[in-house]
Amino acid sequence: MRLRTLQILVVCLVVAFWYVMTAPGLIPPFYFDKANRAAFFFGEPQKVFWVIVEWFATGEIFGHLGVTLLETALGFLIGSVFGLAIGLWLALSPTASAVMDPYIKGFNSMPRVVLAPIFAVWFGLGIWSKVALGVTLVFFVVFFNVYQGVREVSPNLIANARMLGASRRQLLRSIYLPSAMSWVFASLHNAVGLAFVGAVVGEYLGSSRGVGYLILQAEGTFDINTVFAGILVLTAFALALDAAVGSVERRLMTWQPRASETEKV
Amino acid sequence: MSAGVPALRLEDITCRFAARDGGGAYTAVANTSLTIAAGEFVSVVGPTGCGKSTLLNVAAGLLAPSQGSVSVFGQPLIAADGVNRRAGYMFQADALMPWRTGIDNVVAGLEFRGVPRAEALAQGEAWLRRVGLAGFGDRYPHQMSGGMRKRLALAQTLILSPDILLMDEPFSALDVQTRQLMENELLALWAEDRKSVLFITHDLEEAIALSDRVVVLSAGPATRPIGDFKVDLPRPRDVSEIRMTPGFLALHREIWAAMKEEVLKAYAAQKAA
Repeated sequence: MRLRTLQILVVCLVVAFWYVMTAPGLIPPFYFDKANRAAFFFGEPQKVFWVIVEWFATGEIFGHLGVTLLETALGFLIGSVFGLAIGLWLALSPTASAVMDPYIKGFNSMPRVVLAPIFAVWFGLGIWSKVALGVTLVFFVVFFNVYQGVREVSPNLIANARMLGASRRQLLRSIYLPSAMSWVFASLHNAVGLAFVGAVVGEYLGSSRGVGYLILQAEGTFDINTVFAGILVLTAFALALDAAVGSVERRLMTWQPRASETEKV
Repeated sequence: MSAGVPALRLEDITCRFAARDGGGAYTAVANTSLTIAAGEFVSVVGPTGCGKSTLLNVAAGLLAPSQGSVSVFGQPLIAADGVNRRAGYMFQADALMPWRTGIDNVVAGLEFRGVPRAEALAQGEAWLRRVGLAGFGDRYPHQMSGGMRKRLALAQTLILSPDILLMDEPFSALDVQTRQLMENELLALWAEDRKSVLFITHDLEEAIALSDRVVVLSAGPATRPIGDFKVDLPRPRDVSEIRMTPGFLALHREIWAAMKEEVLKAYAAQKAA
């Protein structure tokens, strides 16, 4: 509880600092030459707050938020499924893995955000160009973790399952998949964040809906308060998604020892 | 005991491994022959790193020998065609599936064979009771002690009722007391239906206390058997009591005399490396 109090205190201090530094005329300007310049560049916390309240009160935000979340969810799901499938395939097939290795490395080191304009051309300005961008970002995170996870399955475990009579298919289901899952879940936290990045960056580059679009519009009219409001809303929902992944993870990974749990004999 | 087809027969087995750095191949096992009769408990002892596990993997069909042949109850075993279906294997390291509860680990083999779930669970519970883990079926392996995990692994292997039991230093990670308990439990379970057992260990006392026959391997590389001793101590045995009997001590002295030189050789080789 003490920790929670301190955490809230940090937020209050940051907001207070933000307010004091930007409120026009509260303290004499020491960097900008006019009193309202700081507010122009950095926004004002109370105004940001009211923008958010108004968004939710009028319901204006929901359509945009829904689009962004849909893009995120689709990018996340499709990217994860592809990453899982191809990660399993390449990890279990040494030849395919050896052939694909340089291309995988190449695609991974490429700054994939540069693909966004191409996706806009291919998939139009609707949600699919954003989903495609999210998929390319999510895919590699999940892929590498699955690949690693399958590669690091203990040879003992595989030999034991084989001696117990497991077929190749049963090995995949009972050994490789569950073993890879712990790695996958470690990567899903990252993947959710990246799917969000894909959605929002895609919206920046061209869209007619979404929170990224709202932010872009506000930026066009130098409405910094709305920009900050958009950023805050996005952050809050990214945190919520991350928590959702965490709770699914806790439910599915009950077999994993927690650090604090003592061994019961 | 020697009547009939042997349960397991390794003939002139040689295992060479390609060296990683492109140098000469490493010969782990050379020209080894070993026969285990049906119902016989055979221990193989040898200094550390002498290729005991390699031999066991060959017998399990997990590893194809570079040369030589394996037959199981008269049938040739080809590693490329699959593992030795008549054998159960207990590994030295933990090989339980950490994401499965105790009972789900025990019934894994039945599940792989397509036994209906309800029947598998009934058998699984019975085996949990037999190894003294009744009521622990819903625990995950990480929630169990080392001894409990070993018993779980034993149940997991024995539930399939394999004709041959391959054991690779299964109790080496346990403390002395737990270990003797487990050894006695193993002997009791074995006495019920007399499987053939190939038991690998580096502990001579354990080997004598459990077995009908002790085979001594030379130090690696190119390990081969250098001694074969019959253990004619009466059964049933209590592993902690039998260690005190004169018969045991005489055998121990005799086998140790054969082993000692090899152990020293292995030690010197390790120190030089």
